[in-house]
Amino acid sequence: MSEDEEQAEIRHELASAEAVRPEEFDVAIRVRGLVNRFGDAVVHDHLDLDVRSGEILGVVGGSGTGKSVLMRSIVGLQIPQAGEIEVYGKSLDTIADEEESRDLRRRWGVMFQGGALFSTLSVAENIQVPLREYYPRVDQQLLDEIAAYKVAMVGLPPDAGPKFPAELSGGMVKRAGLARALALDPALLFLDEPTAGLDPIGAAKFDALIRELADTMGLTVFLITHDLDTLYATCDRVAVLAEKKVIAVGTIPELLATEHPWIQEYFNGPRGRAAAGCNQIAERR
Amino acid sequence: MAAKADFETSDGAGGAEVRFTGRLTLARLGDLPARLDALGPIAALDLSGVERIDTVGAWIVTRTANAHDARISGASEEAQRLLQALADDKSEYRVHRDRRPMWARMLEQLGTASAGVWHELVGIVDFFGAMLIALFIQIRARRRIRWNAIVTRFQAVGVDALPIIGLMSFLIGIVIAQQGAVQLEQFGLDVFTINLVGRASIRELGLLMTAIMVAGRSGSAFAAQIGTMKLTEEVDAMRTIGVSPMEAIVLPRVAASTIVMPLLGFYASICAIAGGGVFSWIGLDIPPLTYIQRLREIIPMTDFWAMLIKAPVFGILIGVTGCYSGMQVRQNAEEVGRRTTSAVVAAIFLVIVLDAFFAVFFSSIGWN
Repeated sequence: MSEDEEQAEIRHELASAEAVRPEEFDVAIRVRGLVNRFGDAVVHDHLDLDVRSGEILGVVGGSGTGKSVLMRSIVGLQIPQAGEIEVYGKSLDTIADEEESRDLRRRWGVMFQGGALFSTLSVAENIQVPLREYYPRVDQQLLDEIAAYKVAMVGLPPDAGPKFPAELSGGMVKRAGLARALALDPALLFLDEPTAGLDPIGAAKFDALIRELADTMGLTVFLITHDLDTLYATCDRVAVLAEKKVIAVGTIPELLATEHPWIQEYFNGPRGRAAAGCNQIAERR
Repeated sequence: MAAKADFETSDGAGGAEVRFTGRLTLARLGDLPARLDALGPIAALDLSGVERIDTVGAWIVTRTANAHDARISGASEEAQRLLQALADDKSEYRVHRDRRPMWARMLEQLGTASAGVWHELVGIVDFFGAMLIALFIQIRARRRIRWNAIVTRFQAVGVDALPIIGLMSFLIGIVIAQQGAVQLEQFGLDVFTINLVGRASIRELGLLMTAIMVAGRSGSAFAAQIGTMKLTEEVDAMRTIGVSPMEAIVLPRVAASTIVMPLLGFYASICAIAGGGVFSWIGLDIPPLTYIQRLREIIPMTDFWAMLIKAPVFGILIGVTGCYSGMQVRQNAEEVGRRTTSAVVAAIFLVIVLDAFFAVFFSSIGWN
């Protein structure tokens, strides 16, 4: 490559890195009037939601209320029937330019419920996939170092890097999925049921990990969960999905003050009270 | 516009002092790591000029600091947090598997492949035996036969394959007749084209092409279906409920392909003969009635029996290799693809080998 071409490429890279600036936005994700229908089944009916920059927003709701569909709509895997979704002021609908859409995608990491690791690649190679895709000129040595570092960051054991997904336990798959989601140092992290299927000890550790990573890296986190302990341990605010809308958003004490029967049942049911009690004990310590 | 990651050096006591500037992030890194490595001893790293830092930037700083035993100063609160997270863990993280030299790996691959072929053969025979035992148990315990499953497979393997096998055989009939006629015309014996098409179709080609098509269509489907069921633990679920997977999954499939093969083979032969007939009529001016009359004279019943004996054997072979390969799937999705391929390859290979044995056998008992 000649020097001119290289310069041009660097300029281009710099320019494209400018396109999306997470630090300038107070609201990371803005959803307005979202409608999702599958045949006759209406999942979302004019749903509104704001996710503030730097917060961990827990999204709760009964089974089938469209929590995962909401996440899939935001990251562009599901095309809604109507409504606007803006991530850092940009809407995937209106982005025509492939470059611009890649810029936006680089700003977020998604961790799927089952980990969704590429089964033919080792954990380290899984982590390197997004890096190679967006930064093809980074040399192998540095890629390996970054992969090793991410493996350490999510609390995987030192020998996990060369292992294949089939050789990992459920908890390790989740951590590896998280490591891949964090590969590009995203500003925005989507987690779909991160603690589902983990034992209570593993789940508590994972909660602590999410909180710690969010604080260290200044992440905005969109966290779908069923786990009340996760809500108490990690989330700044909680959004409740019911009746095809977000019926309430707020801190847990704020939600407890609302009258809505589902929210009352959710937080004041036997499991809700147990989680709240544990949290109080933990805080007193 | 924010600046690319860069640094400036100044000499100090015990080595250079490096002052980073710009954004120390992956997107702006450029060739900074290489230039940093090229420096001599470094005494201090100053981060006060850094606009922003990400985990990769923090890693580079930590790596350099550790390598030169340098001080880090001027880190912002954000940088401090990232560096702190890195400093806590000092264990060695591995990224790659241990790699052996090229010749050792080649030798190992050769050995593994050879052993694999042997294991595969033993495995198929073993599986076939297990299937026979399951069949025997099912019959002796007078458990009901799963007709529904058999009929569903029959539809998929046989009825749905009729159009493609018919078309394929018809075209092959035309090709044989045309190629045969070109050669036989030289001796003025073009009427013998009928012998060629008739006997080749009934005895060999109709069935062989059908077996190849069924192996490709249904043997692969068996392997992929059962492989996916293994991955989603459906097969394990069956076992825990007390349903034998052999009985519920394997036997109906093998039964269906066994019943279907003679029917499809005969159908394919007829289609090939029809193809040859159409060519003879148009290309050689042999009227259809003469064609059929001549076929009746030259095709011995033994050709037909030979086909009917071979067909169920091929059917069993295709069904068993498909199901066996599916049952071997473990671990991941790639395995499903690999096993499906091996099911088709093994089935076609074994069908052709067996067909050769049959040919020798039939001619030695005088079925010419």
